[in-house]
Amino acid sequence: MTGDPGLPAERTRLAWRRTLLTLTVVLLLQLRPAFTGRVVDAALAGVAILVWLVVLAVAWRRATGSPPRRLGRVAMPLTALGAAALALLGVAHVLGRVH
Amino acid sequence: MWESIRRWFDPRELRSVGTPPDYRFSLANERTFLAWLRTGLALVAGGLAAAQFLPPLPLAHLREGLAVGLLLLGATVSIRAVDHWARTERAIRLGEELPASRFPAVLALIVALGALVLVAAVLLRGTP
Repeated sequence: MTGDPGLPAERTRLAWRRTLLTLTVVLLLQLRPAFTGRVVDAALAGVAILVWLVVLAVAWRRATGSPPRRLGRVAMPLTALGAAALALLGVAHVLGRVH
Repeated sequence: MWESIRRWFDPRELRSVGTPPDYRFSLANERTFLAWLRTGLALVAGGLAAAQFLPPLPLAHLREGLAVGLLLLGATVSIRAVDHWARTERAIRLGEELPASRFPAVLALIVALGALVLVAAVLLRGTP
């Protein structure tokens, strides 16, 4: 392999960290309505935390591990599905407020 | 459709197709996927912010409509990101042309349209 084998891997790890950071910002926005005291909002926030924890547990190795030369097959679909799940939780929250 | 969803989660399937590429290409594909995913997450964050911070707009349920629209758009971008990643990986391994897509153009048009709707809503709000 010519060139520097470390840099593409490093850039990819940093991209994973940025993505996990963005996911955390979304989670924090998701948690905000839980403090209104409504049980539904607290339940939605609980599910959001679970989704976030699962994604973090799987993707963290990709964000910090040794050069990710092998394709992380589970981390990618799971992170995408986690993002979609957080979006649908948000939809449930909005629809739960419409009267 | 189910076939392609199964393919996302099947490590052996993708690894057995074609020849192993230079890993830097795979990593570049992975970073492109992550950039798309962040785009999706930004749309989701925008939807959540619209639902939580916007005052009620002049049209009934426009705020809720914008929020749900942004959230569904974010979900679509995320799912499409992983599908595009898997198809690109496959094309790289098979030495084929990379999959072309109208999706970025459509997404840009939808976002621009949504922004115009918001501008109209803000202007309507300004006039008594």
